[in-house]
Amino acid sequence: MSRTSDNALKTESTRLIKDKVAKYGVTVGGVMVLCALLLIFFYLLYIVKPVFNAPHIEPISEITELTKNYVSVSVEEQNEIAFALTKQGEIDFYSLSGEDAGQLVLTETIPSYNRVTAFNAAAPQQGLFGYINQQSELMIVKPTVKISFPNDKRKLMPYMSFPFGEAAMPLEVDNLFTIDQFSFATEEQSIGLVHQHTDSKVYFTKLEGEEDMFSDEIVWTKNSTELTQVNGKIISTFVSPGLSRVFVVTKTQLYVFDTMDAEEVELLYTVNLVAKSKSGVTITAANLLAGANSMIIGFSNGVLEQWFETNSDEGRDFVKVRQFNMTGEAQGSAIDAIYPEFYRRTFLASTNTGHINLFHTTSEAELWQGQIAQGKINTLSFSPRSNAVISISNNTLDISKVDNEHPEVTWSGLWQEVWYEGYPKADYVWQSSSASDDFESKFSLVPISFGTLKAAMYAMLFAVPIGLSAAIYTAYFMAPNVRKIVKPTVEIMEALPTVILGFLAGLWLAPVIEQHLPGVVLLLILLPIAILLTAFAWHNLPQKIKNMVPQGWDSIILLPIVVLVSYASFSLSPLVELWLFDGNTRLYITNELGINFDQRNSLIVGIAMGFAVIPTIFSIAEDAVFSVPKTLSNGSLALGATQWQTLVKVVLLTASPGIFSAVMMGLGRAVGETMIVLMATGNTPIMDWSIFEGMRTLSANIAVEMPESEVGSSHYRILFLAAFVLFIFTFVVNTIAEFVRQRLREKYSSL
Amino acid sequence: MKLWFKSGSPWVWMTAGAVSISLLSVIGLLMLIASRGLSYFWPSSIHQFEITTQSGATKTIIGEIYEKEQVPTQQLIESGVLFEQAQGETVERYLIKTGNREYVDLDFQWLLTPYIKQQSTPSGLAVFERSKNGNFYGYVESVVQDGNVITENKQQVLLAAIERAVELNGKALDLQNNEIGAINYELERLRLKQRKHELDGDLTDQIKLDLSEKRQALQTEYLVYEKQLFEFRQLAKRDSVIVKDMRGEQVTLPVNYILDVTFPNDMSFLAKLGQYGHQIGKFIMDDPREANTEGGVFPAIFGTVFMVMLMAVIVTPFGVIAAVYLHEYAGNGAITKIIRISVINLAGVPSIVYGVFGLGFFVYMLGGSLDQLFYPEALPGPTFGTPGVMWSALTLAILTLPVVIVSTEEGLSRIPGALRQGSLALGATKAETLWRIVIPMASPAIMTGLILAVARAAGEVAPLMLVGVVKMAPTLPLDGNFPFVHLDRKFMHLGFHIYDVGFQSPNVEAARPLVYATSFLLVSVIVALNITAIGIRNHLREKYKALDH
Repeated sequence: MSRTSDNALKTESTRLIKDKVAKYGVTVGGVMVLCALLLIFFYLLYIVKPVFNAPHIEPISEITELTKNYVSVSVEEQNEIAFALTKQGEIDFYSLSGEDAGQLVLTETIPSYNRVTAFNAAAPQQGLFGYINQQSELMIVKPTVKISFPNDKRKLMPYMSFPFGEAAMPLEVDNLFTIDQFSFATEEQSIGLVHQHTDSKVYFTKLEGEEDMFSDEIVWTKNSTELTQVNGKIISTFVSPGLSRVFVVTKTQLYVFDTMDAEEVELLYTVNLVAKSKSGVTITAANLLAGANSMIIGFSNGVLEQWFETNSDEGRDFVKVRQFNMTGEAQGSAIDAIYPEFYRRTFLASTNTGHINLFHTTSEAELWQGQIAQGKINTLSFSPRSNAVISISNNTLDISKVDNEHPEVTWSGLWQEVWYEGYPKADYVWQSSSASDDFESKFSLVPISFGTLKAAMYAMLFAVPIGLSAAIYTAYFMAPNVRKIVKPTVEIMEALPTVILGFLAGLWLAPVIEQHLPGVVLLLILLPIAILLTAFAWHNLPQKIKNMVPQGWDSIILLPIVVLVSYASFSLSPLVELWLFDGNTRLYITNELGINFDQRNSLIVGIAMGFAVIPTIFSIAEDAVFSVPKTLSNGSLALGATQWQTLVKVVLLTASPGIFSAVMMGLGRAVGETMIVLMATGNTPIMDWSIFEGMRTLSANIAVEMPESEVGSSHYRILFLAAFVLFIFTFVVNTIAEFVRQRLREKYSSL
Repeated sequence: MKLWFKSGSPWVWMTAGAVSISLLSVIGLLMLIASRGLSYFWPSSIHQFEITTQSGATKTIIGEIYEKEQVPTQQLIESGVLFEQAQGETVERYLIKTGNREYVDLDFQWLLTPYIKQQSTPSGLAVFERSKNGNFYGYVESVVQDGNVITENKQQVLLAAIERAVELNGKALDLQNNEIGAINYELERLRLKQRKHELDGDLTDQIKLDLSEKRQALQTEYLVYEKQLFEFRQLAKRDSVIVKDMRGEQVTLPVNYILDVTFPNDMSFLAKLGQYGHQIGKFIMDDPREANTEGGVFPAIFGTVFMVMLMAVIVTPFGVIAAVYLHEYAGNGAITKIIRISVINLAGVPSIVYGVFGLGFFVYMLGGSLDQLFYPEALPGPTFGTPGVMWSALTLAILTLPVVIVSTEEGLSRIPGALRQGSLALGATKAETLWRIVIPMASPAIMTGLILAVARAAGEVAPLMLVGVVKMAPTLPLDGNFPFVHLDRKFMHLGFHIYDVGFQSPNVEAARPLVYATSFLLVSVIVALNITAIGIRNHLREKYKALDH
């Protein structure tokens, strides 16, 4: 006996434990829903956040007590080996990592060592350095590394390469003075140079190499032109990497030459950079940005200006686009040098006290300011991956880490007009794909957000009147047995996959509407008239016939009318077209009215997406109207109001929060809809309210571009940002709608 | 009249009109898809047209009438297509599918009826369905069997020859997919095994020897199968058929590229009906051909069903537990309110956002970590760190979670409180009451939620485009190679198939009927699921109403 009660007790306690476990298990499960939502929110935020992180530069190591006077320095892609060059033609390779960090690992000299009169580096992404000797001979070198894997370990072997041969190339200019300043750029087998001789004469020389058919040797053709137009002391000269432009900067002026044809060098623009009012201000530094479209000019008062060539209405022009100011301690001090990045539009400006400022041009952002070395910086260079800078000052070589992943993205750049290189004016542009290195991605969320709102607006224009009217009728007037059929039909409408709606809209509806545009307009006019006429006719029918159809069957009576009117409008369409629009409405719209007409346009999206939104609006609104307590409407009717008066003054007023939440839910759905807009529009990111043009929405943009974007890139993160914007928008809309609905429910239950 | 307006009756009629418009658009849309989708399989008559071209010469065109439309005469005269003054305001024109893609510039052409001199459906016109270059239309002249030209009884001979070739090709394909596929799979596994040993640092010579022995054995096996494969292919190449096409030229078609031949003009209605069923069967059971624009959709059906089932397995427990919590355990506190709002929000977040989340969180973060932990030997090639069927199922599970919750909760709320109280009064704990009484009674409601979730998932495309769907998956996620279920594989999906074939294929015109057929299949599945769910729900409501009394 006692044993059984023991067992009973045991089972009792296990049962209670089970009960507790179930309770906590279920609670955890319930809270999981909240966690899922929070997880989505925070994960999206986590991916987006780095875009807005402030850039940072931090010195990490240095090599002190350098014995040579280096004029240029650079680093290879892994940031493991640095190349330092002297003016005489010595190239030293320093190891920056591993056991021999900080040591000189190799020294090379060029053949005309010690006879060098001029030295310069080409644009950073070319990695080339040029020397010119007393005989005006050019020598181009490229310090580089070879990667090998002995014993499965990566090893970098530094070496010198001579992309244009080890022999010095005579320039053969008719000027016996030596060259003391030059700049150059190369493209495949061509070299373009601007060189200034000690007699202050400036020349442009183009060397074109061609492989000889028989001897395999390269034969050089040379072409020199004196740039006689240049006046004043030259600060620096530049040749664009395509060899099509030459820039000469003097203390006050900028000359731009067209050198596309080496035999006919033409002065394109002479720009007076220093206004007369700013007395005493001179140009102190200049450099070409990556992509060689923009020129950055630094002045003695700490101002930097960006200039580039644009296509405006008055033809091509060289214009000032924006300006930057040195900040912090460097404010107002003269710019000593400007250093561009390899591929992006970021640049660094330094003063002769060693203060540096980091800027990004298109985002107009001052990214960082401070000091990375002691004293004046002699030379500096970004690493190819832009994650480090290497600089030399005061016989010290400094390596600094650069944390600057997404300089091109700023909050203002995403939502404001930005003046991109080559554009005539500031504009909202979304153009993310990059075909080449000198292409600048253009991330403005404005056109695609605009597209989203435009699509949603047209959809709502179509869906709200129909959805709400249908809901009101179904909830208030319709006979219960008809309602039993209508409600599931609408539920099925809601369940239809949007891919099918999109497919029908794009491949069936779009051509049909294009051919029957007048028919659509006709339908819009005729349908209400026809319904009113039917109603009037019904009203005047003898009571006997009316009695044959039960009350609340009006929509069934109207079915054949709607079919007939639609059929009639579409059949009449060609006739109307002939009569009003010379037989081709589409041509008429484009030619006579001057409106662009896309086959897949906002009208199509409005109808198709409206169709997808109607059931959402319908079911919530119907629910709200239907659950208005009958006592309210009965009271109103008893006081002598008509059905319609009761509906408008009592029922709708009571249900208005529910109707509001129905519209909000519909809006949320329209904003996030992807497949319909993807298939029923041309997906061009334009900003135009025209009903005959398409759009690109946030959601469709994600669907199109996400699979191609590189993980972790700015593009990837901005697409996440687009998703985040959608998430927040629908979250706000849905939360408001749900809140209103809950309040309404409480109100009803108290009634 | 004024009184009538004042009564508001016209406005009531207007709202009634909105209902009619909604109803008609749903019905019209379903009918449109059904008619276009189902007519695709009907063997339509092959017409032979004698037309005069604009230069005055006569030409023969053979093909199916694909579409008919009315064009205003004026427009045609203006654009210079029509010269003579035709009667009437509009002219009818046909879109003809002429097939024979390798011999004509365009396999579709428009014909204006005024130019047609004669139109007939002559007997003996054959439609060849081919595995390359689409359909071929023409008259069978003779069959070449092993070099012998046979003109007697050519239809029967041809049918037999095609049957033989199809069977041989089928054998070759089976061999390629099953035996040879298994060997390739095994070889890849051996490579990964070796790499794993290498990474673990315990790759001894013994293991190396073992592996290379196994590899050798597989290679020998492979050679045997390969020989067999070539044999089958060689045998299939034996016959060919000589056909006279619409240009009047004789064209030799190799039989091994022909899948089927029909003579629609000679078919009786019953025969056509048989062919119709046969075509539907092939559509459902066959693999797609020619960049998905021909053939069947079997892999897409399989992929959809597989993914949806996987999703159902994931979503059901979570959805039910959350619903039970909300209805049975949660009080009326702030947390409950927040959770309810979360549910609504989960339902309202755009599906593409789930796709983005799934791609970032599941594929790159979770999948990437799984690869690092469990599949280091395959790196840098991703195993789970790439879109696949498992991630798709997980993503859609979050997406459809609210559907299950809402539906289950509704079911729970309809169970009369008296039942619970009865159970509790008899001494059962709350958990027992739930497990024994409430959940079994709510199971039809859970079922409803599940069906609705499945219907939603089957039609969702946007998130899948990011997390696992592809236009052409070489292998199914389920096959005969260990471990049989491959959750890391990409899959095909009916909805994506529609998008891809309808919008990304090179020959949209030719693919359109197939897209309608696929749409019809998808819509009918989804509508059927929804009707079932609605049916169960209504039935439940009635039942519980009765219980309440």
